[in-house]
Amino acid sequence: MLSRVADSLYWMSRYLERAENTVRQLDVTMSLMLDPGGATAETRWHRLMASLGKPAGMDWNGDLEAMAAKLVFDPVSHASVTFCLNGARENARQVREEISSEQWQRVNRLFHHIHAPQAQTQFATNINDSLASIVDGIHLFKGVSDTTMIHGQGWQFIRLGRYLERAYATATLLEVYQPDLFEVEEDDHAGHQYLELVGLLRCCTSFEAYCQVYTADLSPGRILEFLLLNQDFPHAIRYCVDGIRDAIDSIQRAGGRRPPEELTAVIGRLHAMLGFTTIGEILSGDAGGFLHSIREQGMRIHELFYRYYVHYSIQSALAV
Amino acid sequence: MNAGHPAELDILFGDYPLDQAFDEMREPDGSVRPQYQALAETLARLPADELQRRKQSADLSFLTQGITFTVYGRDEGTERIFPYDLLPRLIAAQEWDRIECGLTQRITALNLFLRDVYSEAKILNDKVIPRELVYSCKHYRRQMRGLQVPRNVYIAVVGSDLLRLNTGEFVVLEDNLRVPSGVSYMLTNRRVMKRTFPQLFSSYGVRPIERYPQLLLATLRSLAPEGRPEPNIVLLTPGVFNSAYFEHTYLARQMGIDLVEGRDLVTHDNVVYMRTTDGLKRVDVIYRRVDDDFSDPLIFRADSSLGCAGLFNAYRAGNVTVSNAFGTGLADDKAVYAYVPRMIKYYLDEEPILPNVETYLLSEEKERNHVLANLDKLVVKAVGESGGYGMLIGPHSTAQQREEFARAIQANPRNYIAQPTLDFSRAPCLIKDRLEPRHVDLRPYILFGDKVNIVPGGLTRVALEKGSLVVNSSQGGGSKDTWVLDK
Repeated sequence: MLSRVADSLYWMSRYLERAENTVRQLDVTMSLMLDPGGATAETRWHRLMASLGKPAGMDWNGDLEAMAAKLVFDPVSHASVTFCLNGARENARQVREEISSEQWQRVNRLFHHIHAPQAQTQFATNINDSLASIVDGIHLFKGVSDTTMIHGQGWQFIRLGRYLERAYATATLLEVYQPDLFEVEEDDHAGHQYLELVGLLRCCTSFEAYCQVYTADLSPGRILEFLLLNQDFPHAIRYCVDGIRDAIDSIQRAGGRRPPEELTAVIGRLHAMLGFTTIGEILSGDAGGFLHSIREQGMRIHELFYRYYVHYSIQSALAV
Repeated sequence: MNAGHPAELDILFGDYPLDQAFDEMREPDGSVRPQYQALAETLARLPADELQRRKQSADLSFLTQGITFTVYGRDEGTERIFPYDLLPRLIAAQEWDRIECGLTQRITALNLFLRDVYSEAKILNDKVIPRELVYSCKHYRRQMRGLQVPRNVYIAVVGSDLLRLNTGEFVVLEDNLRVPSGVSYMLTNRRVMKRTFPQLFSSYGVRPIERYPQLLLATLRSLAPEGRPEPNIVLLTPGVFNSAYFEHTYLARQMGIDLVEGRDLVTHDNVVYMRTTDGLKRVDVIYRRVDDDFSDPLIFRADSSLGCAGLFNAYRAGNVTVSNAFGTGLADDKAVYAYVPRMIKYYLDEEPILPNVETYLLSEEKERNHVLANLDKLVVKAVGESGGYGMLIGPHSTAQQREEFARAIQANPRNYIAQPTLDFSRAPCLIKDRLEPRHVDLRPYILFGDKVNIVPGGLTRVALEKGSLVVNSSQGGGSKDTWVLDK
């Protein structure tokens, strides 16, 4: 597969995943504000921004709805959903021959959906429906990706982008929430604490999955365990890292001329770190540092992926 | 009108004008031509809003599929859907057979001409075509002299533009031998059309065109360098900002080949490689959709980064086939065009089956004077331009435009030709809720590998603005599906 194509598939996938994550977190933040008490709108907004990686130009101005609209529609800010969807479509457009028509049509519709003249008015009247329709569009894309595209190298680059973006986003989210998570109020009469925990789980669409594993008994330690170390839940970091490893393995098997030793080593280390650590060990040590190191290793994987598959030097390629 | 002609059709036609121009659907007396009978009946039977509904559903299908082109000269990256008219243009079997023979003859002669000019230049030595005309052509490539091209095929993919005159006869307006585009619209129009009028389509017995991508692939494969039994064929595109980018992706996907940009290619030791996730992979055949000028900065324009440095030398060394060959624009120069009938006579010793449009060469003093005196009646074109740019349509021009062209002609007469303003044929189009006649041309696509292959039909382009004679998509043109009937 052409390096440029792999690059575009990877970014198309990352941008869609990023858009979905932003929409979901915004949705949760907006619904938490419906309940009286708890944190102020400003505090929540700052926390949302922190878990989205502190994007520039999104400073709190006191008007929550305007801020929400900006996070969705701002054409310039790199954090906005529109920006991500533009990026996804622009990348998809450059690999039209590589993706299936169905995939392209999904991305294209999503793009036209968010750029439709009525999109912003609809958003103002019904934020929930508006956000849900974006997530629906992204889900449809993932569905047709799995059912209409050959599960070859290209598909694996899409998976790689998706899981790397997701692992990174979840690690950022947990890193932001983690310090406050254990400041349990003695007596949660009003149930604010409970709502906050549900909110955290819903940011990763994991409330129901969590209940299936641990029952509705929410405890910070278990939530961390679930989102970090669960092997079977697609939004857990461990699951994502397994996905990254699997994608790189498959890409390597399909091509196979140049073993990306350094890359497999970094992924292997991260995989082992998540596979052989218990939540007790993490909590008794430096949990923040642990989460931070996951993010750093994620970035390293991205750099090495580029060095091996996209921006390699011609001399090194001719030498093989 | 004949019996069984329902009143609804009269409403649909409204005050549809008929004059001396050939109307594709109607006889001069207003009756419907025999092959259009079934179409007319279908239209008359449909409720008015049903026609609109089908039109909207076809438009929506183009938009969601992203079947768009980019308009230059406006905001960077402005995308438009290619306007599409719902009514098919029909061509009878015997008409098509004649077109097919004529085009085969013409392309064979043009290819022989290119081969001759870039080797022994007999036709110039025999003074059939003036030497200075060829050597002054902006698309003549000195670098191609004495270069052996695979199977002696210079022009693997050709799109020629035909017009139908008021006699009902088809003539060739121009040949596109460099990077003809539009074939994807021909294919997608057909797909949409089959969904829009399924019964009508099957009742007509239309010759299929869907094989085009496969034929193109076979043509390219037949031109691969010797000793490369499993050639790696790629399509070279200028990139996402090119107006025909949709077409490039569409063809690459339909053929199952990689779509590459210049930045994906590297040459080393006169071999072209592409950068893949698995290292460098050798490229054997390039279906080139980048103009000569931008193909190789070492040989052609040095300021272009769209092509691949070293490509021409790899081509010269025979390690890669590039199709169409470089320098083929020589033979679609609008002044050289005037000599195509003489080429056919010279190389094939045959009479041209498809005639040319009468053309005045402005380098000849007598013809120039005649043209300058009659600018308001003629069409003047720059010889090396395409896409409807660099053109003066006399009857629709202002005095100031004519003055500008007159000055340009005096300054560089070789750069212009003139032709009579043609009253070419019109076909009914759905404009709002009425049928109105619009000018149409026909661009069939010709493939030339081991043999000549023409898929029946081609792209019928429509000048959608009332009275307009310009069918180019960049200038407000649209298209129609073209049905070549089985019998």
